[in-house]
Amino acid sequence: MSPALEILLVAMLTAAACALPGAFLVLRRLSLVSDAISHAVLPGIVLGFFLTENLQHPLLLVMAGASGLLTVYLIELLEKTGRLREDTAIGLVFPALFSVGVLLIARFAGQVHLDTDAVLLGELAFVPFDRLTWRGIDLGPRALWTMAGLLLINALLIRLLYKELVLATFDAATAAVLGFRPVLLHYLLMGVVAVTVVAAFHAVGAILVIALMIGPPAATLLLARRMPTYLAGSLLFGVLSAVPGYGIARLLDVSIAGSMATMVGTLFCLVWLLAPETGLLARWRRHRRQQRDFALDLLLLHLLHHEHRPEATAERHRATLPLHLNWTDEKFARILEEGQRRGWLRLEGRVVHLTEAGRRHAQKRMETLTPAQYPA
Amino acid sequence: MDFTLRIVMTGAALLGLISGALGTLAVLRRQGLIGDAVAHAALPGIVLAFLLSGSKAPVVLQLGAAVSGTLALLWVQAILRTTRIRFDAALGMALAVFFGLGVVLLSAAQHMAGAAQAGLDRFLFGQAATLLREDLLVMAAAGLLAFVLVLAFWKEIQLVLFDEAYAATLGLPVRRLQTLLIVLLVMAIVIGLQTVGVVLMSAVIVAPAAAARQWSSRYGRVLLLAGLFGLLSGALGAWISSLAPRLPTGPLIVLLLTALALLSVLVAPARGLLWQYIRRRRARETARQALMAVLQELARHHPDAEHPHPTATIQAALGTDVPVEAILRDLERRGQVRYMPDQGWQLTERPPHTP
Repeated sequence: MSPALEILLVAMLTAAACALPGAFLVLRRLSLVSDAISHAVLPGIVLGFFLTENLQHPLLLVMAGASGLLTVYLIELLEKTGRLREDTAIGLVFPALFSVGVLLIARFAGQVHLDTDAVLLGELAFVPFDRLTWRGIDLGPRALWTMAGLLLINALLIRLLYKELVLATFDAATAAVLGFRPVLLHYLLMGVVAVTVVAAFHAVGAILVIALMIGPPAATLLLARRMPTYLAGSLLFGVLSAVPGYGIARLLDVSIAGSMATMVGTLFCLVWLLAPETGLLARWRRHRRQQRDFALDLLLLHLLHHEHRPEATAERHRATLPLHLNWTDEKFARILEEGQRRGWLRLEGRVVHLTEAGRRHAQKRMETLTPAQYPA
Repeated sequence: MDFTLRIVMTGAALLGLISGALGTLAVLRRQGLIGDAVAHAALPGIVLAFLLSGSKAPVVLQLGAAVSGTLALLWVQAILRTTRIRFDAALGMALAVFFGLGVVLLSAAQHMAGAAQAGLDRFLFGQAATLLREDLLVMAAAGLLAFVLVLAFWKEIQLVLFDEAYAATLGLPVRRLQTLLIVLLVMAIVIGLQTVGVVLMSAVIVAPAAAARQWSSRYGRVLLLAGLFGLLSGALGAWISSLAPRLPTGPLIVLLLTALALLSVLVAPARGLLWQYIRRRRARETARQALMAVLQELARHHPDAEHPHPTATIQAALGTDVPVEAILRDLERRGQVRYMPDQGWQLTERPPHTP
């Protein structure tokens, strides 16, 4: 395998592994817990490093996972006092833990290569250099195996506890009544998030982990209406943002993790703009259409109202109509054209007439507007 | 006290004052983590400002930071207005995506500007020691501006914070006032970045307000106290950091602030958990005494002092709103009463007042 392919594979596996627990975080309004955990693992890593003096040692992952879970526990402890709200509790806990980590590094690890930006930014480009070998056989990059294992664990857990997780997410009370232990499930999910964050940020950095956990599910939320579609879409979006993200990073020779995070945002914006029905563009067009339909109805009703009356000719004259409706001439021309196109209006000389179809439509509109439909 | 330390202490105190007071605005709206998001989102602005101007002057970088921080929050607001995505997800994504973009620009700057860009990341992780006198002037000016704005829109800001719907019915320009709140917050955060860095910024926004909130329930006082707490922690943190080598200022300030917030949660008058605990203990003691009095009174009507009484009898004597069962269990644990199956509760021989 070429190094480029290895990096890309690791990135895609990471994206997939992050999207699964991330989808549940977004639904449970706990997205920012991923932010908190990803920063708060620092003291765990530093302590693990002091104990083992080896940045690759598995104990570091264990310690980081432990400090991740400690973060979740502390946040809930503070929240349960009833004196601090959730956002405040999160905002207090993870900077404090991060501070402890920074102080530890500054005091005791001054000379060692362990700095905060390595934790925050990560570097995918180094992935191919850290290889796993077994009896002298090269098995590929270590990160490839870690992320594949992580994806497998996450997928298995969510597959096994799918029904319970979905129920506890949408209706915790019912889940509790049915004996599904939502609190236990909550901590399990938090544990999965902590392990995922820890395993992933080693390769891709904390910030990309957050982007991959929240971004793809958020984008899918704009499209999906059903849980299976939502999960599949989150996976797909995550993996999809990895490919162009990596390509652009290679092309411009910039940070891979940063480029992938940017791609997550770009993909989200595309969906946000272009999603059928819910996208900004679709909403804007619907709004325009409704405005036009309403204006046309108004014109038809105006004409209907003044039919067979002495003032009919004056009121239906091309020159007076824009003034009476308080429209610009351009708007009137546009609406008139639309009315003619639909066969509801006919222009005889300078006077606007209702066609038979136009009259029927106006009368139907009239009925929907008369108070008769409101029971007394 | 030497000159550098005086500058750093003044800077940290100013930062604490401004961020603490303005952070209250975010915390009261339950959006304390806005600080975290803006701090991260400032990065692309910082790098772009450097690339466009070629200058590393703090004012230039701060301007860039403010622009991209504001853009990120406006993006969040637009997402909230037009989709069903919740605040937490929108904020988290904006944070990560903007920061990612910043990292991309930073790595590009390394190619384009070479060594000239060195030190940009110092902005990221904060370094109070690099504060200069000019930085203090910028901070003071920005703080003064924020102060004037908060005073000028005192009641409007309060209304938008506590009852947005009512503010709208009064005809206040709610959207514009929300933008004002965003601008104020971004100012507070941008000012702090250079000193405490991206990651720790959220604590400087959240902690003073969280601490102050425990001491008072009045908006004005919370604002004032938060500023005061921030000021003290800032100055103290900078001073402690000067006492020994390799003690970074930012983490010290954050740890001080966190300690202050936790202490406030524990001992602030009225809301403090410690007082709550003592009050509950006293209430339980009173309840136990009342129940013992009932049992002794009942015992007087029977020849044997240890005659058992069913729970219902005791409940009737004390009234239905008293948690008799719980108090009885409490007394049982203390060995003052005993439960006789099928008969009820009886007094033991132990005198009632030994714990």
